[in-house]
Amino acid sequence: MSTSGPATTAMSAVVGAEANTFTGLETCGAHAWFGKHHALSDVSLKFPSRTVTGLIGPSGCGKSTFIRLLNRMHEFIPGAAMAGEVLHNGSDIYAPSVDAAVVRLKIGMVFQKPNPFPAMTIRENVLSGIKLAHLKKPNHDDIVEGCLTRAGLWKEVKDRLGASGGSLSGGQQQRLCIARSLAVEPEVLLMDEPCSALDPGSTLRIEETIKELAEKITVIIVTHNMQQASRVSDFCAFFLTDGGPGYLVEADATRKIFTNPSDSRTADYVQGKFG
Amino acid sequence: MTTATTPTPREMTVIYNREDKIFRGIVTGGALTSLVVLGLIGLFLFLRGAQVFNDKGISFITGVNWTAGTGDGAILDDFSIGAMLVGTIVVSLIALVFAFPLAIGGALYLEFYAPTRVKKPLVTLLDLAASIPSLIFGLWGIEIFTRFGERWAILLSKWLGWIPIFNVQFENFGRSPFIAGCVLASLIVPITTSVAREVYSRTPRDLVDTCYALGGTKWGAIRSVVVPYGKSGVIGGAMLGLGRALGETVAVYLLLNLVFRYNFRILESEGGNVASLIATKFGEATEYEIKALVAAGFVLFLLTLVVNMTATTIVQRSTPRA
Repeated sequence: MSTSGPATTAMSAVVGAEANTFTGLETCGAHAWFGKHHALSDVSLKFPSRTVTGLIGPSGCGKSTFIRLLNRMHEFIPGAAMAGEVLHNGSDIYAPSVDAAVVRLKIGMVFQKPNPFPAMTIRENVLSGIKLAHLKKPNHDDIVEGCLTRAGLWKEVKDRLGASGGSLSGGQQQRLCIARSLAVEPEVLLMDEPCSALDPGSTLRIEETIKELAEKITVIIVTHNMQQASRVSDFCAFFLTDGGPGYLVEADATRKIFTNPSDSRTADYVQGKFG
Repeated sequence: MTTATTPTPREMTVIYNREDKIFRGIVTGGALTSLVVLGLIGLFLFLRGAQVFNDKGISFITGVNWTAGTGDGAILDDFSIGAMLVGTIVVSLIALVFAFPLAIGGALYLEFYAPTRVKKPLVTLLDLAASIPSLIFGLWGIEIFTRFGERWAILLSKWLGWIPIFNVQFENFGRSPFIAGCVLASLIVPITTSVAREVYSRTPRDLVDTCYALGGTKWGAIRSVVVPYGKSGVIGGAMLGLGRALGETVAVYLLLNLVFRYNFRILESEGGNVASLIATKFGEATEYEIKALVAAGFVLFLLTLVVNMTATTIVQRSTPRA
């Protein structure tokens, strides 16, 4: 695996850049609750711009909770609460004056199950975010082509943009969902196990897409698949729970996590000894 | 060398074991029983009313008179339900026009805006309201609502009187199809809201989440996912309400004066519907009049069937392509 360029600089960012000069997404002492249930405890992490970070750990360790904290999707669950800070380019996305919808425009999300809007065509699906957020963008044709190309789907669907999104295969649907997220030009894309419902071929295809996306945007991906984490990510963050709230064990360059992690539990997990 | 021949598909048999057979028998029996009962009701109504259909032909549903003959031949029996059919449809449509937006708004509020501590009691209340006897709504309509309804009617006739349906001949605004329709609307709002809320609550969570994740607002999510997704179910719920309004008897009986004349002026104090006609006349009807009432019942039965079948068709046609 290559360690050149962004990985090295980004790693130094993880080790300690100043918060006010840091561009990208970071959390400082983030906690999450569902009602009285303390789901996540004290997570401080940095996601430098234009990198891919994998969030790994056994089920129930708070990865999904954490990723939903990053674009304020957490608060849709009744009783959900949080503490700490989530900073995007240095400003707190949970500040009272911040419109959560604007945050989500900058920090998009792709879900586990491919979910194109069923009543819309492929083209309408790609443009749905622009319509939802009332963005004034000329040249919808270029957006459709550009986003589908970046999501690696253009060649397969260019002749049937008017077909229903549901007519595509599972893997194609997920790439359509990625294209849909890209149309509103997010700076960060969160992916919650985007390949867990897909076959190996589609999974590889999406992993290639993720690597290409990282040339322009920051990608944070939750995955249960260790090979996937090692293939696509520059950094990995390992979460764990001891029955209580989930917490961050360690975060480092992916190569280090997989070859020489600081914590023995990380080593055991990535080698498949538990989880 | 062997030649590849396409084999004929093999017969596949299904063997039901005993408990499967018993269960199958019970559920099939149950399903058939309700169908048979429905069919028998229709058949009974048709046979009992057949003589009237035979005597009157199509004028039974197009004519307006409902006159019991004197028996000595001075006045002949003349029974037809055109006016009542029009009344039935007019009042039900008024009810639907008011109830539908209220129900949609209520359902969306309960499902997406109401805080949990408000939502739970309201949902319970709504389900309770759906089971209140229509007589109670009728009494409320006469004793309380009419006073308010009359004022609305006066305003409507003053400002929109140039539209034929809001025109009035006499300045008497009580006991009109408009007021009866409003009361029927309040009668069918609970069931329609309840169905709509149920449908909206089944919108896949991840589709709604996706709208938010794309920077959409709650309104955006409702408009582009929730409402289209629930369209067919909500139409079904509205048709359920319409069905109830079409067959409503007691409330209309209390609220409307039976007047046998085509009335499309909804603010006028005259009207009636088929069900309340039957309830009003049945007690003191002659033998032949009873046959006419049963025939009227048969027409109402068909009307409700048609409405429900239309609802089913709409629901099937507008199911989202998946």
